[in-house]
Amino acid sequence: MHVISSLFILALLIGLVFLGVGVLDLQYLFGVIIPYAAITLFLAGVILKVLKWAGAPVPFRIPTTCGQQKSLSFIKADNLEAPHNIWGVLGRMILEVFFFRSLFRNTKTEIKDEKIVYGSDKLLWAAGLAFHYSFLFIFLRHFKFFAEPVPQLMSIMQKLDGFFQIGVPELFLTDIVFIGAVTVLFIRRVVIPQVRYISLPADYFPLYLILGIGGTGICMRYFSKVDIVAIKQLATGLISLNPIVPEGIGIMFFIHFFLVCVLFVYFPFSKLMHFAGVFMSPTRNLINNSRVKRHINPWNPEVKVHTYAEWEDEFREVMKDAGMPLEKE
Amino acid sequence: MYDSPKVLLGLVIFLVLITFPIWYNIAGGTAEYVPELEKPVKGENCVADTEYMRSSHMDLLNTWRNEVVRDGDRVYTAPDGKKYNKSLSQTCLDCHSNKEGFCDKCHDYLKIEPYCWDCHIIPGKEMK
Repeated sequence: MHVISSLFILALLIGLVFLGVGVLDLQYLFGVIIPYAAITLFLAGVILKVLKWAGAPVPFRIPTTCGQQKSLSFIKADNLEAPHNIWGVLGRMILEVFFFRSLFRNTKTEIKDEKIVYGSDKLLWAAGLAFHYSFLFIFLRHFKFFAEPVPQLMSIMQKLDGFFQIGVPELFLTDIVFIGAVTVLFIRRVVIPQVRYISLPADYFPLYLILGIGGTGICMRYFSKVDIVAIKQLATGLISLNPIVPEGIGIMFFIHFFLVCVLFVYFPFSKLMHFAGVFMSPTRNLINNSRVKRHINPWNPEVKVHTYAEWEDEFREVMKDAGMPLEKE
Repeated sequence: MYDSPKVLLGLVIFLVLITFPIWYNIAGGTAEYVPELEKPVKGENCVADTEYMRSSHMDLLNTWRNEVVRDGDRVYTAPDGKKYNKSLSQTCLDCHSNKEGFCDKCHDYLKIEPYCWDCHIIPGKEMK
């Protein structure tokens, strides 16, 4: 059900471009106004969300159980799993951000011979890593549409990406990896019953949206060609705050561009915010020094205590008379 | 407890990175540059209409290459019935005689480095 409803939303969005650009000829709206609105909402949304998260107090450390915390000298501490200094935290964060280490631990549960067995499941990790890195490479490659003159780095990236020189224009390997990885992530969601059961439109929609963006981009490069000189003029016009909409940009570009705008707007309100959230995970970014340093909750209420020493002082004479033992004579 | 300096530093890094094209343009970009193509020295019209050639000339050249190299078929019949020799150096560059003033203009603008010139020589240029 959710699979279909999310697809319907994507179709609706694409239909909107056909209506807006194809029929009503609102090129300025879809080429300038919506992109500016989208980037504004994206930046404001991300900043507000991060500030909201930053407003949540983190009084204590959250040591995870996967590594031995530093304690006595003869017990070997695991500085990566339970970091006791900044280097351990840096190592854990770098492995998390660049290699998705938590996802690497993903397991699957199966019933074999009437017993529950837990096995390693690296598919999600591998597809996730392939998807994120190919998306990053494609994202960076688009810099050539915004930069004039184009830096030499773009040339190196394109040569690497089109290494096998298949066809004209050269087939980019990241395009294949990107579509393949997103497809795997989608199929996984639909095929595994447990995962399908917990999947919501918020899980399917980003996948459809990203597939739509990738699909239209690939379509423009290899099949339904567009005038990319005009598109670069639109892009450079936007970033130099001097927007123009040149004639003769194909509808395929406007679909691609509009879906990117939708992605930007959708970003701060969705699970895609994990791009900022990964840096703010308390189980990843805090030094686990609970045994070394005492962390006191700053809003602990003032508790009125009456210690034994004080109590003894109060009843010293009576206790002495009754012959009770005293700690202090 | 709130790590405000670290969060703010993170946000600043994010903003600088995401707006990098703007800074790149301010620092040394020429965003208003539009490639001006040199008009061909002769010839009434191209082998196909301008709009098609602008977006899809690479498809045509790729088809030509395959047909010439694999089938030995060198004759291209344009939609208006005129026949052309399927040749980049002899047909295309016969009219668009200045590669730097024509091909390279848009290709440099978008950092497209076609491998045509790995094999083809540019007419009028010495082979290096």
